[in-house]
Amino acid sequence: MAEVFFFLAAIGALAGALGTVLVRNPFYSVLALVCHLISLAALFLLLRAEFVAAAQVIVYAGAVMVLYVFVVAYIGGADQPVRGGGAPTLRWASLLFAGALFVELCIAFLGTGLTILGEAGAGYFAGFGTPAQIGRLFLTDFLLAFEAASLLLLIAAVGAVILARRRTGLEDAREISVADLMADPQYKGTLGDAERGTLLEAGGPPHR
Amino acid sequence: MSIEWYLVVSALVFCIGLGGILTRRNPLVILLCLELMLNAGNLALVAFSRAHGNQQGQIFALIVMVVAACEVAVGLGLIVAIYRRRLPIDVDELRELQG
Repeated sequence: MAEVFFFLAAIGALAGALGTVLVRNPFYSVLALVCHLISLAALFLLLRAEFVAAAQVIVYAGAVMVLYVFVVAYIGGADQPVRGGGAPTLRWASLLFAGALFVELCIAFLGTGLTILGEAGAGYFAGFGTPAQIGRLFLTDFLLAFEAASLLLLIAAVGAVILARRRTGLEDAREISVADLMADPQYKGTLGDAERGTLLEAGGPPHR
Repeated sequence: MSIEWYLVVSALVFCIGLGGILTRRNPLVILLCLELMLNAGNLALVAFSRAHGNQQGQIFALIVMVVAACEVAVGLGLIVAIYRRRLPIDVDELRELQG
């Protein structure tokens, strides 16, 4: 029975991965990746990693993919060029490189002397991979990694907000610059006449 | 099922993601392919965790998920910033670091 589930989940994961790469429209790419992630969660369940599977579905297929869908909807990804990569030779070379890497990995996996890989896995205790066990490990043995992960998430969230913030204060930041203002024959005053602090309130000099 | 099967699936997903990164030009799709590669690594980590019968590989996989979430947040922020500046959303056109 486990074999049937494994092959179903593996085919789903591979189909989702291929769909992500091959589909032209980024919106469908995101949906294919959601399919891939859910199939991968099924594989995690088969490997007795319950908490990782739950986190995969909730965090990845839920939260992160919603972020992707919003950005694709904001940017409007449908009008992508139909042409895929650059030069055809470069494309074939990259595909050849990926295939060579797969062959190399398969040689490493299948030709290894590790007998542990040929078995169905070592014995495991009753609570293997449950949230209680994972939480206990996170708060005892891996406390430093846990705290570093929380700090990393905080930094990434602040960085994303700073990167993607809207530069407000000017009508259109690209159309107004000091040089344009000085070159304007309608402009009679000097810089001293201008309201003080407006540039700072506008968030610095206008971006190109 | 022996662990080898999971590792082969992991290698296949990794190589599909690698091929996508090398051939696609839309940065959004490149980020998606990066997710594929990180997930392939996750699958290998969980498979090895099962093979050895301890849970440290699962902890590692969860940390990788955190790193992937951070990468998505920063990467999508960059893409939105690129879009706001009316630059082309194409990694071949974006060859200057200076804005």
